[in-house]
Amino acid sequence: MGLIQSPTPSVVSVDPVNSEGWITTRLDFLVNWGRANSLWPMPFGTACCAIEFMATAASKFDLARFGMERMGYSPRQADVLICAGRVPFKLAPVLRRIWQQMPQPKWAISMGACASTGGMFDNYAVVQGIDTIIPVDVYVPGCPPRPEALIHAIMMLQKKVMKDRMSDSAARVEMEPDPTSQLYIPPSRIDKLSEQFGNSISQTRSGQ
Amino acid sequence: MSGFTVVQSGSAPGLPTPASPKNVPHRGGEANPSAEALKAQFGAAILRVDVVWGETNVTIDPARALDIVRWLHDDPSQSYEYLSDVTAVEFRDRGLPIEVIWHLRSIKYRRFLRLKAPLAKGQPLAIASVWSVYKGADWLERECYDMFGIVFEGHPDLRRILLWEQYTEGFPLRKDFPLRGRLSRAEQLRQALAANPEARYSMEELSIADAFQELPLDMRARIRGGESTGE
Repeated sequence: MGLIQSPTPSVVSVDPVNSEGWITTRLDFLVNWGRANSLWPMPFGTACCAIEFMATAASKFDLARFGMERMGYSPRQADVLICAGRVPFKLAPVLRRIWQQMPQPKWAISMGACASTGGMFDNYAVVQGIDTIIPVDVYVPGCPPRPEALIHAIMMLQKKVMKDRMSDSAARVEMEPDPTSQLYIPPSRIDKLSEQFGNSISQTRSGQ
Repeated sequence: MSGFTVVQSGSAPGLPTPASPKNVPHRGGEANPSAEALKAQFGAAILRVDVVWGETNVTIDPARALDIVRWLHDDPSQSYEYLSDVTAVEFRDRGLPIEVIWHLRSIKYRRFLRLKAPLAKGQPLAIASVWSVYKGADWLERECYDMFGIVFEGHPDLRRILLWEQYTEGFPLRKDFPLRGRLSRAEQLRQALAANPEARYSMEELSIADAFQELPLDMRARIRGGESTGE
């Protein structure tokens, strides 16, 4: 074939004359192609969105067509966190811990209205959008989203993965939360983002 | 295709029509025989008996709640073996008392009884726990405490069950609790993230260490091996 074994075994060189069986490509493209087509999801299903997620994974919609048939129920062997459903405050440290256990490179999909914004649960118990806990790559609208919507989100995520550049390491840096408050984004911004969602706009807090 | 007879679901010829909202009056009707028995046994402690949608509600003196529940459980003529629910209701009219409610079921006599004990506002919300009668009341009373702040005296381990134990904002099902909670979203999130998911055991649960010698052998071996949790 195209390989010539040189006297020193650690050196491999290419014979340019005989190019049969060889392709040239950018390493970026090859790595991203491999990653995008074998994303292993970590399902974090807490509510009815998880039912739609199960339908997506089952035979009719067949998530395996996108290289995602292997559900990683351990965050240490997963690439994509799919948060399907509402996240109560009591679950917030758990979701954060799971995200921190996932190895880089990793991505997150926020599936459904509740995970993305708190949805109709604009109350004392539910996190108003998981992007206040972990960085999110793709948001899926819907209550719950249809399997097609989740597949669309996954295809969008695959496009994002394909745009990754190895020279740009900023995308793969683990975001460290603020050590005192454990928040990624400033508190004022969380309040601002949270206020406009939900159905209890007229509900005021005591002392305000 | 002919000859079908319309058969009401659940009905059979020669048997009484089953109770349904169509044939049960909203108010009134035959009361559960236990209501009369309670009146005979406890007299003034039985404040009121209502029959609503065919179900009997007995309003009782909160001070006698444990005696009444114990008698209903123990007395062979009543035999309420099963406690379905312990809950509470606060009314929109803030002047009305908070009602603690027990749902009791007698499997032996096929009876259902709802007990209500009004707790006046402006006083400490406390009532006797029925845990000594029904062990199943443990988590029900904890949930009731978690949501309403009603203290069940005599409960072995009264602490929050749904919300986390460090929750400071109050009791969410009370009418004076704002739907979004008292703190800002950022502060709620900060407090939630500060919680250690591993450290959710109470001192009572940790007191398993005291009972080490009574544990099964395999569990003892695992604990002795220093098995850690997850992380």
